[in-house]
Amino acid sequence: MKRILLEIKNLKTSYRTEKGTVKAVDGVTLYIKENEVFGLVGESGCGKSTLIRSIMRLLPQSAQMTAEMLRFSGYDLLSMTESEFREKILWQEISLVPQSAMNALNPVYRVGNQIMEAIRAHREDDKVERVRKTEDLFHLVGLQSAFMKSYPHELSGGMRQRAMIAMSLVLEPALIIMDEPTTGLDVLVQERILRKLKLIRQTWMERSGATASILLITHDISVIAEMSDRIGIMYSGQLMEMASAMDLFYEPYHPYTLGLKNSFPSILALDSDLISIPGAPPNLIEEIPGCVFAARCPFAIPECREIRPEFREVKPDHFIACIRTDHVEDFRRLAGVKSTWQS
Amino acid sequence: MKLEAIKNFTAGQARIITKNKFGVFGSVVLLFFGLVGILTPWLAPHDPWVSLYGADGCLAMLRPPCLEFPLGTTIMGRDILSQMVYATRTTVLIGLVSGLISIIIGANFGLLSGYYGGKLDEILMRFTDIVYGMPFLPFLIVLIALFGRSLWFVIIAICCIVWRTSARVIRAQTLAIKQRQFILAAKARGCSNFRIIYKHIMPNLLPLLLLYTSFNIAWSILAEAGASFLGFGDPSNLSWGGMLYNLWISGKVRTAWWWFAWPSICIILLVSSLVFISRAYEEIANPRLKQR
Repeated sequence: MKRILLEIKNLKTSYRTEKGTVKAVDGVTLYIKENEVFGLVGESGCGKSTLIRSIMRLLPQSAQMTAEMLRFSGYDLLSMTESEFREKILWQEISLVPQSAMNALNPVYRVGNQIMEAIRAHREDDKVERVRKTEDLFHLVGLQSAFMKSYPHELSGGMRQRAMIAMSLVLEPALIIMDEPTTGLDVLVQERILRKLKLIRQTWMERSGATASILLITHDISVIAEMSDRIGIMYSGQLMEMASAMDLFYEPYHPYTLGLKNSFPSILALDSDLISIPGAPPNLIEEIPGCVFAARCPFAIPECREIRPEFREVKPDHFIACIRTDHVEDFRRLAGVKSTWQS
Repeated sequence: MKLEAIKNFTAGQARIITKNKFGVFGSVVLLFFGLVGILTPWLAPHDPWVSLYGADGCLAMLRPPCLEFPLGTTIMGRDILSQMVYATRTTVLIGLVSGLISIIIGANFGLLSGYYGGKLDEILMRFTDIVYGMPFLPFLIVLIALFGRSLWFVIIAICCIVWRTSARVIRAQTLAIKQRQFILAAKARGCSNFRIIYKHIMPNLLPLLLLYTSFNIAWSILAEAGASFLGFGDPSNLSWGGMLYNLWISGKVRTAWWWFAWPSICIILLVSSLVFISRAYEEIANPRLKQR
């Protein structure tokens, strides 16, 4: 049994705006184990990025975050002061490959210097050591060390992406958060980067003996399927379902997961039409008393609109937020039929 | 390493300026005046304050340009060439000092206000608005009335006024850069606010900073010339505006064309050379200009 690395209980983050309070993350409970890839999937705007910014304390001033528990390998992140967090946790323990990592390098500094800056900010290595480490990582991600002296605009998108991955590894963190690492790249480069990422992680763990968990965030379910050990499905600021990748793909419980699975093309059934979920995600300013998905759910009963479903464990390591688990066999069958979603 | 960095930086700046013909002209003129300012005591043929006698033994009063006095003389028989050389030193000094101080004030106001936002932004920008309402000359007159005439009060008065425009522009640009992904990445790396402002945002504003530095220098020189012409300058430190003031009170504006020609031409030359250099930088800060 792997140990738990990051544990979040009932995390809520809201933004104050002129129109009202936007609840971007509304009670997320999840955990990430040591040495695993955890995939977090959800539509655009469902609060994935806000969730990671809440964990890393990168929220803008207009945001407010509360949580019952936020623990990271023995540290209680909620009670940590700002400077403690910056010195002990940021990049040392949790690093980030931000969304569109291609633009995450400062255009006026050489790529290598930016990576060395991360080392210098946290470790007291001398310069030779810093250069050696950076060179090493460049080799690991498959970049020639000559590119350390390049400016970001001299590298291609994929190369910058790999430079960012190198930067995220530089302090040997226990958790690497990757926010949509392949968005904006074409399918071939995506594939190459994902494969590379797997390989890099493997070689790196073998060599350094360290363990590294990855929190992979994306709206692309096929990326998640290829990479993850465990998966969380997020919708409208809440977690709908969390299970191992196998369970989630072969025995999903939540109607939203069923719908999400439908909306991606399968190479085995080319002639069948895609089935999409009708409607749009709810406005996050509105107060929704029941299940947030009830309005779009074909299996919703009146109760669904009144009581918010509890996020509970239906099987070991398989959590869902839905009250209608008793008919799950029927749901799985019906979800594959187009007319179910159209009524 | 440090030396190499400085060398690279200067080479880069030189490339920017020399790309533009006007930029080359501007930097040559600027370099010339800078050299004159440094070499003043060796360049001036006479003491600028001594009344001179011509070869004929008479007081050289209001002589037009000739071999003896290449740029002519004043009503007191003082050599205008020597006066011009000494005035260059004052003018260049005032331009550089107040131009640099005002860009430092303006840049910090803009960076802090744009980066932190909220209350600090409100306080700093309302203060800038108040300064926008302050007229330069009355402010200088009050300073002089309180403390007496001195070069330093002119510089202080200029500094207090000129920074306001740069503060606004740099704040706007900081707001834009702050939203870029690499700033978030720097924060995630655990960079302090100080480091993010001065190491990650400021270098991205460099073309804009240099552009406003030359604007500020040009504005300072004009302001000083205006103030001196109206008699609010430092009488013991001759400047080009001060020379025009001396001409005005002598009442010989209609006859002694050489007395006002040289200072006026120099003011126009120096200020326009700075504007040309700014222009070269503006093409970097705003590349669309080049395509027109």
